[in-house]
Amino acid sequence: MSIFYFVAFLSIFFALMTIFAKNPVHSVLYLVITFFTFTIHYILLNAQFLAIVNFIVYMGAIMVLFLFVLMLLNLNKDTEPLKSNLVKVMGVIAGMCLLVTLAGSFRVLQATGVDIVENTEIGLVGNLGKVLFSEFLLPFEISSILLLTAMVGAVLLAKNDPKNA
Amino acid sequence: METIVQEIQGVPLNHYILFCSLIFTIGVIGVLIRRNVIIIMMSIELMLNSVNLLLTAFSAHSGDPSGQVFVFFIMALAAAEVAVGLAIIVMVYRNTRSVDINALNRLRG
Repeated sequence: MSIFYFVAFLSIFFALMTIFAKNPVHSVLYLVITFFTFTIHYILLNAQFLAIVNFIVYMGAIMVLFLFVLMLLNLNKDTEPLKSNLVKVMGVIAGMCLLVTLAGSFRVLQATGVDIVENTEIGLVGNLGKVLFSEFLLPFEISSILLLTAMVGAVLLAKNDPKNA
Repeated sequence: METIVQEIQGVPLNHYILFCSLIFTIGVIGVLIRRNVIIIMMSIELMLNSVNLLLTAFSAHSGDPSGQVFVFFIMALAAAEVAVGLAIIVMVYRNTRSVDINALNRLRG
């Protein structure tokens, strides 16, 4: 039980470091640590396959993509645009208002939370695959089209056009 | 395996909801206070991940694998979003030599 609170504290700490770090490269590295703590959360929730996918896709692929773009554009602390303190304070206050609103609405919610099912198998590959390929077959196929579209779009957008360059 | 089950049995669902909304709020604050486009996109990733974790928590607490399948779709969507978004950032940087979000406020046709 205490593992959850410890890991949750780590996640919140590194998430805060992500948005408050001055150097963008440090920001990306803190976000990688945040995603690693999320992987631990998935393992604690018995979602073993999601933990592996989160580890490979988020930490391995997406974060490396961010890091590559940061390094490609040669961004560091000196090129970091600064926002005025007034806007920062107002942003933090607005965020806190959102949090208070959410927490206030959750007080009405009567989540019991102790009715955890003993079935520890639902997070395994076989079980998820059965659901994914029977109940969610159409969304699965559509998401493949989404990924293809994104790939074509990214290549088209980032391609250096010799006529306009 | 048994110890892990006992581990999460002690954590009420309310605490997961609060924790995920806290991470979501941190993402919102990151979007509001930063001007670097890449860090804004990273904050969006943070928000998507908090939603993923909450869906998984609901799925584990109700014993229904559908929640975890939704997480797959969100992950595919996040990957597509990052690819297109970073391509747009690279293109904008090539034109304006900056990743400042304020450089985008004078869009011309």
